[in-house]
Amino acid sequence: MSADLPLVLGIETSCDETGVGIVRGEELLVDAIASSVDEHARFGGVVPEVASRAHLEAMVPTLERACTQAGVRLADLDAISVTSGPGLAGALMVGVAAAKSLAVALGVPLYGVNHLASHVAVDIVEHGPLPEPTLALLVSGGHSSLLLVPDVTHDVQSLGSSIDDAAGEAFDKVARVLGLPFPGGPHIDRAAREGDSVAIDFPRGLTSGRDMERHRFDFSFSGLKTAVARWVEARERSGEPVPVGDVAASFQEAVVDVLTRKAVLACRENGVEHLQIGGGVAANSRLRAMAQERCDAAGISLRVPRPGLCTDNGAMVAALGAQMVLKGRAPSELSLPADSSMPVTAVQA
Amino acid sequence: MLLLAIDTSTSAIAVALHDGRRVLAERSTIDARHHTEHVAPSITAVLDDAGHSAADVTAVAVGVGPGPFTGLRVGMVTATVFGHARGIPVHGVCSLDALAHEAVATGAVQGEFVVATDARRKEVYWARYAAEAADGAPRARRLTDPAVDYPATVAEQLDGAPVVGRGAVLYPELLGPQAGPLDVSAAHLAAVALQALGEGAALPVEPLYLRRPDAAPSHPRKPVTQAAPHGRA
Ligand SMILES: [Zn+2]
Repeated sequence: MSADLPLVLGIETSCDETGVGIVRGEELLVDAIASSVDEHARFGGVVPEVASRAHLEAMVPTLERACTQAGVRLADLDAISVTSGPGLAGALMVGVAAAKSLAVALGVPLYGVNHLASHVAVDIVEHGPLPEPTLALLVSGGHSSLLLVPDVTHDVQSLGSSIDDAAGEAFDKVARVLGLPFPGGPHIDRAAREGDSVAIDFPRGLTSGRDMERHRFDFSFSGLKTAVARWVEARERSGEPVPVGDVAASFQEAVVDVLTRKAVLACRENGVEHLQIGGGVAANSRLRAMAQERCDAAGISLRVPRPGLCTDNGAMVAALGAQMVLKGRAPSELSLPADSSMPVTAVQA
Repeated sequence: MLLLAIDTSTSAIAVALHDGRRVLAERSTIDARHHTEHVAPSITAVLDDAGHSAADVTAVAVGVGPGPFTGLRVGMVTATVFGHARGIPVHGVCSLDALAHEAVATGAVQGEFVVATDARRKEVYWARYAAEAADGAPRARRLTDPAVDYPATVAEQLDGAPVVGRGAVLYPELLGPQAGPLDVSAAHLAAVALQALGEGAALPVEPLYLRRPDAAPSHPRKPVTQAAPHGRA
C-alpha cells in the first residue's frame, strides 16, 4: 500500500453524472465530474439512454482528468470502488464494467458499493471520521431516506423513505408549474428568497396522528405537489398574477419543515446525537438553515458536506471504498452485477 | 503481440486472446441479459488459460456493434478502460464483420450473403457481404453500410443470399434458412482486426448505435417499501 494509506479510485454512474474521485485514506485528492444534465434539460427529466451514451463517452476522459489533477498514476492505485446500485440500470452498467476493467487491468481489488451509503461516507473526506451511530437524511431527485448508520461499511438501516415522489422530484415538478427551468431545486431556492414562506399554508404530508403511527419516518410529497398545482391554477383561472416568490417559499417551507422535523425526531427516538444531510437537495439554503436551528435546539450536531459533494459524484464512492479497505472488508467478486434496485441495507455488492 | 478481443453486441459475451498468429484462449458465454457479470471474469480466464497477465497485453480489439445498446456499451467501456489503464491502443471492429468472417472462414457461405442480428423491437441489424479469398486467406468484404430495418425489408433485398446470424433464427419465414454462426466470436473479431491493421486501416472506437435515443425522461419508480429507487443526484 502506497504511503501507508490506501489510494482508492471511485466511479459513479448511477444517473446523469459520470463521476471519478480519488481518495487517499480519508483525504480527498480529486473529484472529477462530467455531467450530461444539459442534454436532459429540454426533456424535463433524465433520459436514461442519453445518460448511458454520455457515460461511455466520458469515462476515459474523466479518468484521465482525475489522475492528472490529483497527480496520481493509475498504477499507484490500491483499490477501485464503484456504485453498483441503486440507479438507472443501463447507466450503472457502464460504471460497473469500467471499474471491473480497471481492477483487472491493474490487478487491484474491486469494491461494488451502495450509492446511498456513499452519500453518507462522503462526509468523512469533508469533516473527518463519521460519528457512530450517525443518522443520515438523504434527499435528492431520486431518494428521500432517513437512515440509521451504526457503521457505514456494513450496517446501514432504513428508518423511512418517500412513499411517492422524492423531495427533489417535487422541486422539479413545482418548478415546472411555476415556469422555472429544470432542474428545479436552485431556481425554487432563489425565487423563495423574494417570497413569504407563511403566505400559503401548504400541506405537510404524513405528519398527522394516524400517519405518524404508520409512516413515522416516511415522507410523501405527491399531495403537496398537487396542492401547489391546484393553488396556482386557481390563481390563473381568476386572472390574478401568480406570486411566484410566495408559492416557491411556502412550498419549500413545507418540504423542509417535514424533512427536518422527522430527522430530528428520528435522532431523538434512536438516541443519536449526529445528523448528516446529503443528496442534491442538501444544497437548498432553507433546508440547511432550518436543520441547523432545529439541531441546535435539540443538542444534535449537524454535518452537511459542501454542495459539490452532496450531489452525485465519484468522491463519495472513493470515500466509501477507502473505508472498506481501512476496515479490512473483503473485496467484491469480479462477477458482481449492477443492481438498479439494490436495497439501502446492502452496503456492498 | 498479444491482442485482447472483446465483443458484447450479440447474445454472447465473447473474449479471446490472439498472439497475431493464432488464438491462445477464448471464452464465450450466452447470457444476453448479464453482460456486466461475465466480461471481466472472462478476461481473467483467458489470461490465466494462456499463462499471461494483464500487463502482457499489447492491444485491444472491440466490437462496436451494431447491437443492443446496453450490452454493447459493457464491452466497449471494458475495452477502452483496459486500453487506457495499460497504455495500449484500442481498435474498433464492426461486429457484423466478425460474424461474416467466421461464416467465410468456416466455409458456411460462398458468394454474396447477408449478416442479420437481433436489434430487438422486431428489427434486425444487417449488412451485405461477399466471400473472397485473397492470397488464400478467406475474407468477407462488406458491400453495404450496417443498417437497422424490419426483417421484411431485408427479405425484399436478399435476392437468394443466405443469412448469417441470429436474425435468420428469429425470423425464419422471412430470413431463413440460417447459415454460419449465430453470435459473434471474439477469435474471429480478432482476426478481422489483425487483417485490417495489417492493411494499415484505422479502426476508430465509435459505437454503431444506428438509432437515436428514446427521448422519454425516466420516471423514478414509486417505492412502497424501503428500497428507494434512484433518479438524479
Ligand atoms: Zn444520489
